[in-house]
Amino acid sequence: MSFDAANLLPILPEIAVLVTASTVLVLDLYLEERNKGLNHSLSLLGLVVALLLTGFVGGGETQILFDGNLVRDAMSDLLKGAILVVSLLAFIYARPWLKDRGMLVGEFYVLGLLAVLGMLIMVSANSFLTLYLGLELQALSLYALVAFERDSKRGAEAAMKYFVLGALGSGMLLYGISMVYGATGSIELGPVAQAIAEQGMSNKVLVFGIVFMVIGIGFKFGAVPFHMWVPDIYEGAPTPAVLILGSAPKIAAFALAVRILIDAMQGLHADWRDMLVILAVLSMGLGNLVAIAQSNIKRMLAYSTISHVGFIFLGLLAGSDQGYAAAMFYSIVYAVMATGAFGILIILSRTGFDAERLEDLKGLNDRDPWYAAMMALVMFSMAGVPPTVGFMAKLLVLEAVVRIDMVWLALVAVFFSIIGAFYYLRVVKYIYFDKPAEDAPVLATTGGVRVAMTFNGLSLLALGMFPAALLTLCQSAFV
Amino acid sequence: MGFEKFLFYVFALITLWAAGMVITRRNPVHAVLFLVLAFVSSAALWVLIEAEFLGIVLVLVYVGAVMVLFLFVVMMLDVDLAALRAGFIRALPLGLLVAGVMAVEIFLIVGPANFGLEAFPPPDAAPADATNTRDLGILLYSIYIYPVEIAAVILLVAIVAAIRLTLRRRPDNKSVDPARQVRVKKGPDRIRLVKMAPEVEEPFGASPTTESGETS
Amino acid sequence: MTELWNALPLVIQILLKITAILLPLLGLVAYYTYAERKVIGYIQIRIGPNRVGWRGLLQPIADAVKLMMKEIVIPTKADKTLFLLAPMIAIAPAMAAWAVFPFDEELVLADINAGLLYILALTSLGVYGVIIAGWASNSRYALLGAMRSAAQIVAYEIAMGFALVGVLVAAGSLNLGAIVAAQQGSLLTWFWLPLLPLFGVYLISGVAETNRAPFDVAEGESEIVAGFHVEYSGMGFAVFFLAEYANMILIAALTSLMFLGGWLSPLPQAWVGDLWLLGDGFHWLLLKTFFFMFVFLWLRATFPRYRYDQIMRLGWKVFIPITIVWILVVALAVVYRLPPWWSA
Repeated sequence: MSFDAANLLPILPEIAVLVTASTVLVLDLYLEERNKGLNHSLSLLGLVVALLLTGFVGGGETQILFDGNLVRDAMSDLLKGAILVVSLLAFIYARPWLKDRGMLVGEFYVLGLLAVLGMLIMVSANSFLTLYLGLELQALSLYALVAFERDSKRGAEAAMKYFVLGALGSGMLLYGISMVYGATGSIELGPVAQAIAEQGMSNKVLVFGIVFMVIGIGFKFGAVPFHMWVPDIYEGAPTPAVLILGSAPKIAAFALAVRILIDAMQGLHADWRDMLVILAVLSMGLGNLVAIAQSNIKRMLAYSTISHVGFIFLGLLAGSDQGYAAAMFYSIVYAVMATGAFGILIILSRTGFDAERLEDLKGLNDRDPWYAAMMALVMFSMAGVPPTVGFMAKLLVLEAVVRIDMVWLALVAVFFSIIGAFYYLRVVKYIYFDKPAEDAPVLATTGGVRVAMTFNGLSLLALGMFPAALLTLCQSAFV
Repeated sequence: MGFEKFLFYVFALITLWAAGMVITRRNPVHAVLFLVLAFVSSAALWVLIEAEFLGIVLVLVYVGAVMVLFLFVVMMLDVDLAALRAGFIRALPLGLLVAGVMAVEIFLIVGPANFGLEAFPPPDAAPADATNTRDLGILLYSIYIYPVEIAAVILLVAIVAAIRLTLRRRPDNKSVDPARQVRVKKGPDRIRLVKMAPEVEEPFGASPTTESGETS
Repeated sequence: MTELWNALPLVIQILLKITAILLPLLGLVAYYTYAERKVIGYIQIRIGPNRVGWRGLLQPIADAVKLMMKEIVIPTKADKTLFLLAPMIAIAPAMAAWAVFPFDEELVLADINAGLLYILALTSLGVYGVIIAGWASNSRYALLGAMRSAAQIVAYEIAMGFALVGVLVAAGSLNLGAIVAAQQGSLLTWFWLPLLPLFGVYLISGVAETNRAPFDVAEGESEIVAGFHVEYSGMGFAVFFLAEYANMILIAALTSLMFLGGWLSPLPQAWVGDLWLLGDGFHWLLLKTFFFMFVFLWLRATFPRYRYDQIMRLGWKVFIPITIVWILVVALAVVYRLPPWWSA
């Protein structure tokens, strides 16, 4: 078991993020107030370096390292890249908001980077232990980010809810893991899968364990009926925190589900499929219906998240490589869309004002046509209107479901997305067909934000028209 | 074996009883103290299965540090007991029912049927010179080095988050910085002599001729 | 004789051993209080107790009798059970820790592998007596004392634990006997030299852990009357007193064990062999322990009480960083076999 330095090569992206976070943490102590922007630049630099390193160490055969605790495969490469890109965008959007409120402090970047680190660890985990630790690292950082605005009562309340329910979800997951460990004698995914293949469904302990694991995954995704925390936290948390926790963590949660349900428990597919069907139908139904009634756009986006989670589950429950690839495609696309939507909310905010009502979007076209177009693209994509990528993602998932002869499920999904289209298009109506409020000031943004948002919005369009590249990558992860 | 079994049941019962008291005691301080008792007796259970390192560390970390701070906070809070108690009796039957069903379910799964001696025969007795501190250390720093490093980062996050959420620089705080205090040298740092005109108490009614000078 | 001893049931044997440890210990505690008053008296150019018996030697007995005769007052609205339980919780760990303490190479009640951890765990439990006493008294001064004590002990326990990690790294064992054995050699091979910063940190943290001056803010008689035990009288008070002094003796004995080579003789074995008392033996341990016990009194007579925030600063910002750095140094020294301590 002697240590081999070659083990370190595939975790270079993680190391880069950790080094950046530590540097920011120390450097922040010595920075004067006006130089705090350096934290931001350093964090972005760290993420870019991590992204380059991901590309550098990625590709090639699946490697299992650190005595089975870590895996580097096609899925981890792609998801790591997606998480880093999405987080990069999120950090760029967050800066003006933080600066206006005097919160451009090192801790935001440290916690944000460590949350990213947690996600990276999750996607390349090869044992329940690593998976759980990555999850906790991400969650703990996010709890703190939600409470970041410490004089805000709503933020504190949201953080408390998030913490308690998050801890409950983690506890469920851990209990499930302990059951599976008891039944299989291992916490490493490969041996667990092997033991399950031998024992099959005969082992009641395994079935008991998987129930808890699915509940834990449901909590982390925010699927109905474990969704209670989502709207309150989206509403109460400061927008940059929502930006970070509403985007990339969905990709990480997808990785969590894949590692547990597919890498380890493929043998019990029949068991968890039915549970996921229930979660998916409830999530799509409740998410889309309740979102209509919301006047707060953060809450609306929260319910929209819930409904999108239902779609991701559709792909997972199909149980075919095609379905998994579709779900992966969907979760990456969703993260990009969510980043764009919350990014626009931050752009609309200014000192002493947070854009959170639907009315705040009124007449965005008159105030800044380019951002209005980008927001419209995001909304079309979320609704699943061609030629945006949202349509492509939904189509792929539905195709996978139809392929396993669950046509009724596909019909239900289509029905609810039609209902869902209503509230997304309502946002577009506010943007283009309503007059802005009298006192609405001119939108002041920096060039960086504009470039990022342009990239964000147009990528939705580009991916929709040329989905093949990303899709091939997704499919290559499941062969 | 007989005596060990007896000890196991004693400590197991104490653990269960204490855990029950934690949730039924009216006084939060009592509840915390029962939680401490539950920790101590579960540490004893660990020592019984020859995991003495884990047992002692449980006492050291949880009982010796975490629960002390917990107690510290609970003692300072003025918890409204009546509000906490409200609904306890009303919700009790339902709670007992759910707890009962769960206990039966867990027993069916975790009980002797699946985790009995047939499925899990007792391990061979460890040699007398086995130290599980060393064994654990070797495991942690070889096979589990990656998770250990992640755990370290998690602790770092906890520190950063706690400091961020609680540290406030209060401008009205007049505490002195000991690091600066000890650097004070003899001479102008310690005492400042101020030249001023002598102050003489004027008789009442007379106009003051000298302003009261600066004193330090 | 040995046969007779072996014929006794195990439980009786153990009970006899416990008695053999605790009785001298309690006697030592009694005369430690006497020594304290005398030593501080002389330091302050007074005479100290000299009325009861020859040179006041019976003073501790008189004190004990007085405390036993006193009425135990339980304040109204105090939490009666916890109020009475607190002194017992305070003294139990102070006594139980001696179970793994080796007095000589073979002379130890329970020779367990994780002795160091056991002692660390037990000394960390002592704080419960203080906290519970402070809370159960239903008195403001007592609660303040308890709060101060809780924060202080948690802070210094970390530094103390880290200092012991250094000892563990240096000795490669958690067994106290093995730790002494690892210091075999002479005065210069004892751990006080390679672990000098940890030695200092441990000694000072020990003073803080036992709530002794200059870290006695939990009692702080000039600020909060008598802190956590302000409401105790008679035997309740006496038991707290016993626990405090027993803890001091324990810390003194542990310091000599872990940093000053325990029962080892300061002179190299080659020079003295088994010459009278110059060879290794229990008397060396006793001598070293007495020295540190004297240091406790010396500190009390010399230093004014620390201010509370300074205590916290010293613990968190000074001691913990020092110990962490020095653990690294020790680890490197052990890995690279720095002579003369780890050359073998």
